[in-house]
Amino acid sequence: MVPADLHYTKDHEWVRVDGDEATVGITAYAADQLGDIVFVELPEAGRSVTQFAAFGVVESVKAVSDLFAPLTGEVATANDALAGSPELVNSDPYGDGWMVRIRLSERGELDELLDATAYDALIAAG
Amino acid sequence: MSVVGEKLQPTLFERSRPGRGGGKIPHPPKDALDRIPSAARRATPPALPELNEPEVVRHYVNLSHLNYAIDTGFYPLGSCTMKFNPKLNEWAARLPGFASLHPLAPDEIAQGTLQLLWELEGALAEISGMRAVTLQPAAGAQGELSGILMIRAHHRSRGETERDEVLVPDSSHGTNPATASMAGFRTITIPSAPDGGVDLDAFRSALGPRTAAVMITNPSTLGLFEKRIGDLLDAVHEAGALAYMDGANLNAILGRFKPGEAGFDVMHFNVHKTFSTPHGGGGPGAGPVGVGDTLLPYLPTPRVLRADDGTFRLERPGERPTSIGRLRSFVGNTGVLVRAYAYIRAHGAAGLREVSDDAVLAANYLRKRVGEAYEIPFDRHCKHEFVASAAGLKKRTGVRTLDIAKRLIDKGFHPPTIYFPLTVEEGMLIEPTETESVETLDAFADALISIAAEAESDPDLVTSAPHTAPVGRLDEATAARQPNLRWRPMAGAEMPCPD
Amino acid sequence: MPYGPHTADDRERMLAALGIGGVDELFADIPEPLRASRLDLPDPEPELELAARLQGLAGRNRTDLASFLGAGIYRHWSPPAVDQILLRGEWYTAYTPYQPEISQGTLQSIYEYESLLAELVDLDVVSASHYDGAAATAEAALMTCRATRRERVLVSKAVHPHYRQTLAAYFGGGLQLEEIPLVADGEAAGTTDLAALERLLGDGAPVAGVVAAQPSFLGLLEPMAEIGRLAHAAGALFVSVIEPVSLAVLAPPGAYGADIAAGEGQPLGIAPQYGGPYLGILASTDGLVRQIPGRLVGMTTDVNGRRAYVMTLRAREQDIRRDKAASNICTNQALLALAASVYLATIGPHGLRDVAAQGAARAARLETALAAVGAGRVHRGPYLNEFAVGVPDARAVHRRLLERGVLAGLALADVLPDEPSLSDALLVCATELTTDDEIARFASGLAAELAVHDHTAPTIPTPSGEPVEAAR
Repeated sequence: MVPADLHYTKDHEWVRVDGDEATVGITAYAADQLGDIVFVELPEAGRSVTQFAAFGVVESVKAVSDLFAPLTGEVATANDALAGSPELVNSDPYGDGWMVRIRLSERGELDELLDATAYDALIAAG
Repeated sequence: MSVVGEKLQPTLFERSRPGRGGGKIPHPPKDALDRIPSAARRATPPALPELNEPEVVRHYVNLSHLNYAIDTGFYPLGSCTMKFNPKLNEWAARLPGFASLHPLAPDEIAQGTLQLLWELEGALAEISGMRAVTLQPAAGAQGELSGILMIRAHHRSRGETERDEVLVPDSSHGTNPATASMAGFRTITIPSAPDGGVDLDAFRSALGPRTAAVMITNPSTLGLFEKRIGDLLDAVHEAGALAYMDGANLNAILGRFKPGEAGFDVMHFNVHKTFSTPHGGGGPGAGPVGVGDTLLPYLPTPRVLRADDGTFRLERPGERPTSIGRLRSFVGNTGVLVRAYAYIRAHGAAGLREVSDDAVLAANYLRKRVGEAYEIPFDRHCKHEFVASAAGLKKRTGVRTLDIAKRLIDKGFHPPTIYFPLTVEEGMLIEPTETESVETLDAFADALISIAAEAESDPDLVTSAPHTAPVGRLDEATAARQPNLRWRPMAGAEMPCPD
Repeated sequence: MPYGPHTADDRERMLAALGIGGVDELFADIPEPLRASRLDLPDPEPELELAARLQGLAGRNRTDLASFLGAGIYRHWSPPAVDQILLRGEWYTAYTPYQPEISQGTLQSIYEYESLLAELVDLDVVSASHYDGAAATAEAALMTCRATRRERVLVSKAVHPHYRQTLAAYFGGGLQLEEIPLVADGEAAGTTDLAALERLLGDGAPVAGVVAAQPSFLGLLEPMAEIGRLAHAAGALFVSVIEPVSLAVLAPPGAYGADIAAGEGQPLGIAPQYGGPYLGILASTDGLVRQIPGRLVGMTTDVNGRRAYVMTLRAREQDIRRDKAASNICTNQALLALAASVYLATIGPHGLRDVAAQGAARAARLETALAAVGAGRVHRGPYLNEFAVGVPDARAVHRRLLERGVLAGLALADVLPDEPSLSDALLVCATELTTDDEIARFASGLAAELAVHDHTAPTIPTPSGEPVEAAR
């Protein structure tokens, strides 16, 4: 069971909303599928991101995947710790392995995301 | 016992001792460099290792023992065509007349090589059914880039600058989309049909006024001939686009299918696959490109030309302004092309046809044998290679294709290509080539079958393989997270030096 | 088929296992109308006859001339150890080391190559190799565009014309390429025009990279530190096109602030072979490691903690990243990188310095000998082992000297047809292989040709000081 208090995308990102800010990462399932994460490319603070558009890249030893923004807004901060320790995405995907904080501009977009039950069903279906 | 040697070697740098070596080059006069301004001079000499020749030779001979190679065993890498590399060809490329010839030597002193290149162009044009061939590209991927740049030039010459899309099937080699991007195109990936071939309807609906080209590998990377290729080519041309054929799998169809005759506008050859030039541990190769009439004006420069009097010459700078120009220095990887020429001459028409017949026969025989223990997702006559899948085995035992590959090393074989094409779950792409005996094919099939049995009875044995190689599975994550890409004494000291 | 193992029985056995009567059935999926016409090629040739044919073709090339031709590809002594190592099947018949457990030889050799070249260029990251110097230079220029997110590159006209043409083709996808002119006259004639560079950097779209060569195509030493400073001041990266042997004695790219070095590795023990295969060198600072295209090998450990080598940062490459890859490069020049490593290991740091210094010393003798017969240098600036000399009607003289057994360098008009100032000039070089006798043959032959031209026949001093009569 994935954390119940988060929102999810079909592309395996999670979102934690806290006031006007949303913290974004990839799910444990995604990190596991990718394998050992070796590099994360994140946008600089101030850049705008659009819901479901690519905003960064995550690389494992033998795979690469785009990161898709769950919500529209402006990047408030990116997780600099991942530059030196990309393995945090594997070891603590919902905690220290977070990727960006986004200042929300379209709260209504949350309705487009999955809740924990729906996301669980998605990964159970493979 | 290991299929390769077991003696790991310290680096050249660790072997170095100040004062060793020398005796190769006469000492220059003391004042040789006095006229070079001090600002342009090197302040501290490069810290290159100091070794004597016997040590260097032992270092490299012992290192060579750590390699698996065609000359040591079966190499069933799908899509790579690891066939025997004839020894005559190595001898030929080293003949002083070929090897010592400077690439800017005037035409009149290069007639032998020019004739060879001209004849090779002709042979490749005949094999492919193309109008003309350039030998310039240094490798298949550079051939692709040449081809796509020619297609771009063609559309531009017609004012059709809105054609900015290249369509590729999802089973294509990664070089296809990467090439399209490099040439400034957007790649549209088209899913395969359920039978593994091109999805004609999907292509038809993606084709349009923005399509510049379609890139197709035929036979496909699943080892299947594209049965709908005629209809696809018609649709491509109707849409005003051009058709590129990735010739990586030409070994299957020599004398049976000529892409130019069928309607492809351009294709590349991988001479290090089809025409037996050695892979060299990753290169060199050569990637000649054949074109039909449409793209003829745009061929890279210089072409090899023959005058009426039978002499040969290279095209001069600016002689053909429609050319896309050059993709590299000089005429091409001539040393590689000498080997390809020798291979084609040794075989002749009959021999080349037999190459494909035997390559396809061997692949089908092996498909049948491997099918005793693995799924064959597209179980019909294949061409020179086929895909097997360990998806069922993985479900039952947890053993993955990667594990099977590593266990094959213990059984004395190089693993096949794994996890390619990306469209097959737990896939193994197996290509035996025509130069492996039926005994070898049987031994390899037996090894794969025995691993499937091991996976059921003792999965740990398989998942922890290889057990007999000089090193075990590698820490690739650390290698990528903290790359150590050059020798530094401290970096080495952290990892003990092998004896 | 000469290399096939199958007997008639073997084929029968395989066909029987497949339950088919003949191999044609395996090709039944090729639609009838698309089947190939008859393959019209000569008959198979037995090895003995083919060997004779190949020897005959090789013999039609003339490689016995006294050669002063360089222009990017140089004759050097390659210790026989180099080719004998290359001829081991374990090296040349291996594939790309995708299975590291049974490819440690190739992998360690590439790691050592990267390390050796890193020492030479004084930069941290060296790719496992590219096709040749021209393609490596083009990839370097593309790197500057990716790293800076700019689309305009400036290349000095003193960079090899083939490299500039290659850049132009690689930039055909929509990037912008402009050439920096050369100083027309004076002490710095023939070198990159710094004032023009400054103007180009100041005007137009922001510049991603500046590309210059050391030594230049014309053999001259360029003001690399100044070019680098100007590039960096404009926020551009600086690409240095290098010749590896010269780096034993010339300042390396890392010392004058280059961000990327590219060049042709052929001088490191690789035969000229009329165009390749050669060795594209590509190196960069650590900061650009994710932008460098092509394979990289790193040192790591295996599951048992033993030192081992593996291809790394693979996710940059085309087979994984597909249309978003840094480059489409796949095949590299691993065997030639091995040749360069064996060469460097065998010849050693002192030997490499001697090669470079011998070239410089013999080029100075060549300069003296040619000047004595009236063929003086075209430029005044310092050179290492290659320089341009003025010769009236250079192309015709070059052709006539062939008949005298001399390959008189390169008639520059052949490769730089748009440079009127060089229309009557030969680009000549010397290396450690250039002998006094060859220099004397060149000088006397040239004297004779110029005499035919001028109707005066000078006597020429040989490098040993003995005057000889110019042959007529």
